[in-house]
Amino acid sequence: MSNDSNVADPIDDLVDNDQPQASSFDWRSITFQGLWKNNPALVQLLGLCPLLAVTNSVTNALGLGLATLLVLVVSNLTVSLVKNWVTKEIRISVFIMIIASFVTIVQLLMNAYTYELYLSLGIFIPLIVTNCAIIGRAEAFASKNPPKEAALDGLMMGLGFAIVLVFLGAIREVLGQGTLFDGAHLLLGDWAKALKIEVFKVDQAFLLAILPPGAFIGMGFIIAGKNYIDNKIAQRQASSKPKKSVTRARVTHVN
Amino acid sequence: MSLLTNMFVSSPHGNLGLTTNQMMRIVAYATLPGLAAQIYFFGWGSLIQAILCISTALIAEAVVLSLREKPIRRTLSDGSAMLTGLLLALSIPPLAPWWIAVIGTVFAIIVVKQLYGGMGFNLFNPAMAGYVVLLISFPVAMTNWLPPTELLQHPMAFGDAFLAVFTGFTYDGYNLTQLKMSVDGITMATPLDHFKTEQILNYTTTEILNSPLYGEYGGTGWLEVNLAFLLGGLALLKLGIIRWHIPVAVIGSLGVCALLGITIAPDQTYPLSFSLLSGATMFAAFFIATDPVSASTTNQGRIVYGCFIGVMIYIIRIWGGYPDGIAFAVLLANMCVPLIDHYTKPVTYGHKRRREAKS
Repeated sequence: MSNDSNVADPIDDLVDNDQPQASSFDWRSITFQGLWKNNPALVQLLGLCPLLAVTNSVTNALGLGLATLLVLVVSNLTVSLVKNWVTKEIRISVFIMIIASFVTIVQLLMNAYTYELYLSLGIFIPLIVTNCAIIGRAEAFASKNPPKEAALDGLMMGLGFAIVLVFLGAIREVLGQGTLFDGAHLLLGDWAKALKIEVFKVDQAFLLAILPPGAFIGMGFIIAGKNYIDNKIAQRQASSKPKKSVTRARVTHVN
Repeated sequence: MSLLTNMFVSSPHGNLGLTTNQMMRIVAYATLPGLAAQIYFFGWGSLIQAILCISTALIAEAVVLSLREKPIRRTLSDGSAMLTGLLLALSIPPLAPWWIAVIGTVFAIIVVKQLYGGMGFNLFNPAMAGYVVLLISFPVAMTNWLPPTELLQHPMAFGDAFLAVFTGFTYDGYNLTQLKMSVDGITMATPLDHFKTEQILNYTTTEILNSPLYGEYGGTGWLEVNLAFLLGGLALLKLGIIRWHIPVAVIGSLGVCALLGITIAPDQTYPLSFSLLSGATMFAAFFIATDPVSASTTNQGRIVYGCFIGVMIYIIRIWGGYPDGIAFAVLLANMCVPLIDHYTKPVTYGHKRRREAKS
């Protein structure tokens, strides 16, 4: 029923349409897409539920970010490997099964090696299965590209997601408790106790930053900041290189 | 554009001949009896908070306006930021630490008001949204109301209040917890707070009301503060700045709920006078709920909006986790305003209602 052009990621199609897609291994474009231009958390706004729910400290954010990153890389790779043997009708369920098995592995690993972090992340580890960022990349990129590209895309998208997670976690932890990397030893082992930084001392925690509304507000500010930087760059390019700005202008216009 | 910025009045747009600035100033003057009563009963802290909040509000507004490249002087002079600061100051405890006032005001002005587009575009009442941020962030400091001055063990001068706000200790070195001790050495809370705690301990209304905290009707001090706000509110009504629908609906629905409560469970609920004249009831009915931007704009809608607030205040007071629920009630009602306005659109003059037209 639906052909490929319908299900393709519309943003993916629009960017870099001045070069032929996937003819050669374009690691630079894939990296830029994942980390900045098409960042799953800031631009695609995928996987907001774990993003907003667990980012109350850097440790939690880093834990979930790493778990998601790991699942994203291997699921993208697997999906790309099996893409020729999976028929269109059953692809979504196959993708979900692949993702779910990797999430189970990650969950068991965290249960075994980072038990306290496992407890504090709770339901959000199994919920990685439903993280739209992962199924979205499997559907939009991995099922159409060779394994090497798919794995790199998973790595970069996961990294972009994890960076935003940690950034938001840092903002909320500093505002809420005045610390950074509190409890990092739960994830990284006992040596990480030395990582804890006390930025300032608070008598009363700023609970809003730790509670879910703080995540929404912080996220809004981060997205606004990204758009501000993008606008500044676009302005500078438009003013400094009038010749090149013609092609750029077309790109932004299509976007 | 100039019409919008200079004349911001609530519908119906009968010509009052007032600019936004004049309107905001009149509302600010109308809060003065209430402010005076608060100062008289709860010490100079209220005045310090008012000055602190208003100056923070003006600075925050000026900063955002310069970032947004809007005319600073003209917008600041419309008085809306000043009023937001004043209303927030009247709601926070007089001896709350200075950074509480600053955080609340900055959030109210920058996030709630300016990020949504500034004056006239905010979905939520800025003062109440700022208050809710403070209440959920710093629940202890935000419920630290001192008992009325006459019940205080350590009387406070202006300098004491100033030191308490900015350093946490009075001149004699008492902190807030010590100050809260009443003459007989029992820590005091606001009447609503006290009532709630005692009720959880299974005391009946009659037993609870024996405490000197309650006085005759609404709690010592709180009764007078509420009456002062009522006075200011009536002046606003007389001058035509606000219309009667919202205050009447808020007070009426709260009163009906209170009466029902007394009839059904007289020993578990607040008496009527206590419902209406304690906490921030009058302040909310006349000064908070009537905010022209975030309230409903049709007459019918205003009644629905007011009733919603009144009922929600009662529900939160009786069953909620917080002693008073006015800020939450107002924010919830703000969310419903687009819906209320949609269903209460008045019929254009000369047209018939759809139902009548069909028949």
